[in-house]
Parts: sequence; C-alpha cells; structure tokens
Amino acid sequence: MVTEISENSPAKMRARDVSVYYGSKRAIDSVSIDIETDYVTSFIGPSGCGKSTFLRTLNRMNDTIPSARVEGAIELDGEDIYRSGMDVVQLRARVGMVFQRPNPFPKSIYENIAYGPKIHGLADGKDHLDQIVEKSLRRAGLWDEVKDRLSDSGTALSGGQQQRLCIARAIAVEPEVILMDEPCSALDPIATAKIEELIDELRGRYAIVIVTHSMQQAARVSQRTAFFHLGNLVEYGETSEIFTNPREERTKDYITGRYG
Amino acid sequence: MSPAILLLLALLLGLAGWLAARARAWSFKRAAPKNRLAALPSYYGWYVALWVIVPVLIFIALWSAVEPQLVQQSVLASPAAANLPEFGMQRQTMLAEARAVATGAAKGVFNPDSRVLIEPFEKALFRYNIVGVVSTLLIGFAGGAWSFLRLKPDFRARTKVERIVMGILLLASLVAILTTLGIFVSLVFETIRFFGMISPIDFLFGTHWGPDPMGNPANPDPTRYGAIPLFWGTIYIGAIIAMVVAIPLGLMSAIYLTQYANPRWRKWLKPALEILAGVPTVVYGYFAALTVAPFVRDVALSIGISNASSESALAAGLVMGVMIIPFVSSMADDSIAAVPNAMRDGSLAMGATQSETIRKVLVPAALPGIVAGVMLAISRAIGETMIVVMAAGAAANLSANPLEAMTTVTFQIVAMLTGEGSFDHPATLSAFALGFVLFLVTLALNFIALRVVKRFREAYE
Ligand SMILES: Nc1ncnc2c1ncn2[C@@H]1O[C@H](COP(=O)(O)OP(=O)(O)OP(=O)(O)O)[C@@H](O)[C@H]1O
Ligand SMILES: [Mg+2]
Repeated sequence: MVTEISENSPAKMRARDVSVYYGSKRAIDSVSIDIETDYVTSFIGPSGCGKSTFLRTLNRMNDTIPSARVEGAIELDGEDIYRSGMDVVQLRARVGMVFQRPNPFPKSIYENIAYGPKIHGLADGKDHLDQIVEKSLRRAGLWDEVKDRLSDSGTALSGGQQQRLCIARAIAVEPEVILMDEPCSALDPIATAKIEELIDELRGRYAIVIVTHSMQQAARVSQRTAFFHLGNLVEYGETSEIFTNPREERTKDYITGRYG
Repeated sequence: MSPAILLLLALLLGLAGWLAARARAWSFKRAAPKNRLAALPSYYGWYVALWVIVPVLIFIALWSAVEPQLVQQSVLASPAAANLPEFGMQRQTMLAEARAVATGAAKGVFNPDSRVLIEPFEKALFRYNIVGVVSTLLIGFAGGAWSFLRLKPDFRARTKVERIVMGILLLASLVAILTTLGIFVSLVFETIRFFGMISPIDFLFGTHWGPDPMGNPANPDPTRYGAIPLFWGTIYIGAIIAMVVAIPLGLMSAIYLTQYANPRWRKWLKPALEILAGVPTVVYGYFAALTVAPFVRDVALSIGISNASSESALAAGLVMGVMIIPFVSSMADDSIAAVPNAMRDGSLAMGATQSETIRKVLVPAALPGIVAGVMLAISRAIGETMIVVMAAGAAANLSANPLEAMTTVTFQIVAMLTGEGSFDHPATLSAFALGFVLFLVTLALNFIALRVVKRFREAYE
C-alpha cells in the first residue's frame, strides 16, 4: 500500500481493509480507498484481478452471489454499509450501477427510466414522472434521439443507445455514486466517445467509478486511477501521476503493456 | 411366416453386410497403408448394413400388408371355396376360422363347412411364405451387393451414412405427423356424416343436450343435440376453475423454485412437483370423487347451501387444477430461468427488492413463456376425461353454479361411443363431431401457444 489516506477526508465513500472471499478463495486482499464526488475514479488492472469484485462491494451487489463474503469496512458518508440493519435497497438507490453489457428491461424506453422513480416513490403524479424521465434522458444525452419514440422497447435501441439508456436509468433515481463496470466494452468507438463525453458531463454531480481495460479511456475520463493486481490495490493516485510517473514497478509494467 | 422371422432375417443379413464391408475397408487399408481411407471402417460397415436393412424393412412392411390378401385370393380361387356363402358375416367368419387353424392359432373349427378351406389355406400360406423369405433374401442381397460394389478406398461412406440416417429420422418424424393427419381425416368423415343428420347450427348453438340413442335414427330430434352445455362445462371446469387453481399455484411455485429455494431444496422440490404430472388421471379421479367432492358438498351444506350435490364442477375443477400445476410451473420455471441474469441484476442495482424485481421485471419478461405454459395446460385440462367421469357427473347442465353437476365434451364422447345406439345412429356419431370440435379447439390453443413461445424466443436473441 502506497496510498496516503487522511482519516478525516471528506470522501463520499471510504473502504478500509476490505477483503472479499468467494468461498475460501480470496479475490480482494485488504483494499483501502477513498472515492470522492469531485472526481471520476477509474479502476484498471489485468483480467481477474478483482476490479468487478471490488466495485460490486460498493453497493452490495455481491450479496446476490451466495458464496461471496466481505470483510473490512465500507462507508458511505461515514455510515458503514455492511452494518446489520443497513437498508440495502436504499443503499442501491444511492449507489447506482451500470453494467458491462447494456441490460435495458424489455419494457418501453419510458418505463425503463420510470422504473426506479416508481419503486422508490420519487415522483408525485404523472407530470412529475414525465419530467424526471425527460431530465434523465437529457442528462444521458439520449433525449433528442428517443423523444419521439418513448413507447418503443428499450431493447430495440442500438447498443450504445442502450448503454446510455442504462445510465439514464441509473441517474433517474438521483444517486450519489454511480459505479460503471466496463460500460464501453461492448460498444464501438463512436458510441464509446459519446459515453465518455457523458461521463465528463456528469462529473462533479455524482461520484463516478469506472472499471476499464483501456488505458486511454482511463486517461481521458478519470482524474483518479487505482491499479489492481492479484486482488491487491497496488497504486492509487492522480491519473496523470499514475500514467506518467508510476511509483510501483508493477504499475509501470502494466501501463507500458508488459502484461495484462 | 410371421414378420418377426423376416425381421430377424433382415437383421442377420444386415450384420453380415456390416462385417463384410468392414473387412473390405480393412483390406483397402492393408493394401495401401499410406493412403487414408475416406471414412472409418465401421462407416463402410454401416453403409452396407443400412443398404441391406432399409430396403428389406420397407419390403417387409409392404409384404405384411399385402400377403394376407394374396393368400385369401388364392384360397378363394381354389375349388373348395366354390360353395362359400356369397356375402356377409358368415363368409368372413368361415375364412377367418380356416385361416386360424391353418396358421396354428386355433385347434379346430366350429363350422364343419370351414374345414374344407383349411387345406387350401395351408397350401397358400406355405407358398407365400416361401415367396416372402426368398424375396427378403433377394432384396437384401441385391442391396448389399450393390452397395458393396461401390466401396472404394476414397468412397465417402461417412457422408452417405449421414444422409441415410437423416432419411430415417425424417421418416420417423413423418409417422407422427401422418398419424395426426389420419386422426383428423377419420374424424372429419364421421363428423360430416353427423352433420348430414343434425345441422351444425343446432349442434353448435343449441342449449339442450340429451341425445336419445334408442330413438329413430332416421328422424333425430335436433333440439336434443345442442352442444353448448358441454362446451360450457368443459370451459368452466377445465379453463376456469382449474386455471384459478393452477395459474397462481403453478406460478408461485415456479417463482419460489427459481428465485428463493436454495439449490438443495430445489433439487428435491422440482422432481417432486413433476411427479404430479406422472400420476395417472384415474387416480386423480378417485381423489376427486372420494375425497374432494364429498368435502366440497359438506362445506356447502355447512354454510347453508342445501341443494349441493356430491358431484360438482367445483370438485372436478379443483382436482384438475392440481393435476396441471406441473405444466404451468415447469414452463414458468423454464421461462423465468431463461430471463438473463443481467435483467435481475439491473433491477436489484436500481434498489428494487427481490419481490419487486420478480413482479415488475422477471415475470413480465417471462410472460410469453408463462402464457404458453398456461395454454398448454388448458388444452390438457379440456381434454381430460377421467376426473370428470368420476367427480363432475353426466348431467349436461348449463349453469354458473360450481356446486352443480356438469359434464364435459370428453365425457360425452365416451358416453356416446359406449352407449346403446348403433354405430350409424346420430347419437353415436355425435361423439365424432364433439371430438372434431375439441380437436380444433386444442389445436388452436397449441398453435397460439407455439406462436407465443416463438415470440418469447426472439425477445433476447
Ligand atoms: N461468482 C464468483 N464465484 C467465484 N469466484 C469468482 C466469482 N466472480 C469472480 N470470481 C473470481 O474472483 C476473481 C476476480 O474476479 P473479477 O470478476 O472481480 O475480476 P475482474 O478484475 O473484474 O476481471 P475482468 O477484467 O476480466 O472483468 C477472479 O479470480 C474470479 O475467478
Ligand atoms: Mg470485471
């Protein structure tokens, strides 16, 4: 661990000595990290190093995997999200997630966005719901493309549009943190550029964490980068620092393409 | 000669062909060890064996249909047949008797006049047996020789065998289709005869059912052939009461099994549920008649309904509903399990609870599959007979009261066919018309179900 973390940092999310096990196999080993709202944070590292695993601990999506077990503490605004009595449903409304493959529900575009606000009771009345849908789609940069066909199925959109729909869906419940697991890996360069642009626009409003296999993407969209290797957080710091002047040999090897 | 012996002969010939061809392939290999054969030696064997067996089998099938006719013809041509009665039952009986003795199936004849026919029968049978065996051998050898001569080191036996196998598979699937077609055609024939006596309008829209099998067949009373009460009973019991039971229970058990049950439980529960589908319907019938129907009546009496009968649509429908739970639940189970996990994760990550996820995402996404399962279950339920026979009664009541006795189409088909009327009486023929309409209805339901399933398939691909 090379990262310096001040105990009273204003971080949105703080992980302290987090280890994750699948059965008896340890996938994450004692990781500590701060996630801040002002920055986009990217997680990089070779395949299988535990980026997705760690990301999923941040909104307790690993609860859906029976064999997964988490040790250590993760706080959201100073509140331990793994304490007993934590409302996981509420947590996930505050910490949204976008997946590697776009996964719109097989419902209309409108219903896809309205789903979250409806189950959380965020909208009072149809007009308000309409507003939320429009605002979310605008923020995701999708409004102009779909405003005339809100009742079409979300699955009928192109892959890039679907992914922006999923981002809009996540935004619609006004989360505080958005986790994205390789959101562009199924998209072409143009759709990727659109998503990157979108991430840049969302920065500052939400704390954003993005897992990516593309160094260029990490360099383009993020201000903080965390390099994972074999379940360890090897290095965490300013993106420009990590890419130009890594402190760790392993980071340097990975960034220069020596493995991964 | 029984077809079984010919069959055995065919298999032996095939085996011989197989061995010979494989040996030939090995000899190619020995002759030129450097060159690779175009196929494994056993494929050469199969190629020849199939060329022996398939033509022989076709011959045997045809022969066993034709041979009895040929034998009979030659018997009739013999002088002993000259004083047979011209037509009718007696002639047939005598011929059958003599044949039975000649083949050794019977010891003696009742009618002494038949005795003279035994000898011509024996002679004819002997002659045609020899013809059969010789033809089998000839065809087998011809097929074997022809295919054997084609064997060469570069002969593509593998693709040829593939093609023959495909042909055999095609034939097998045609059998099922042709059977369905045959059923349909035979139903159509009798149905047309029935509609010659009773107009389809009276049949399809009449509200009173009470055919009189002893009445004058030439002048049936069309007002007694109204099938509406039967179709109403069928729908009420099979598609309404049974579904009220089966849809919620089936769906809920599917949801429990796919979403909540831990794998150990699931491993036990799923087969246990599927056993329900394997219980013979007559056993359900007992259960309906002896346990559920009296219970329904007692409950009805205790809450002050005095005219509750011990046979009721409710009892039959309830049990039928339980019977078809596995149909609904296993289709629902499959289609819920087929919804990509990404859907579930997407919903959970939005902060939806598990039951919200099931209600709002999984079930809607799986709906086409669930609907298809329900359709299949309905078509199963309306074709069900035993439970109705035992628990719902025979009275064709047109009523919405589930405590009343009711009857269904299938029950009446059985009743009419096994009734006292002669075979060409409209009461008997009505069974075919009922069956025909039922056939069309279930066909339509299955068709809709298949279409829905197809749409479902497209949803995620
Ligand atoms: N559900 C699971 N059950 C058991 N082991 C798992 C499970 N999911 C992941 N693992 C293991 O945990 C380790 C980390 O996996 P993870 O998916 O977090 O890697 P990753 O860094 O996201 O890789 P990639 O870049 O390929 O997505 C791997 O060794 C993987 O085999
Ligand atoms: Mg991953």
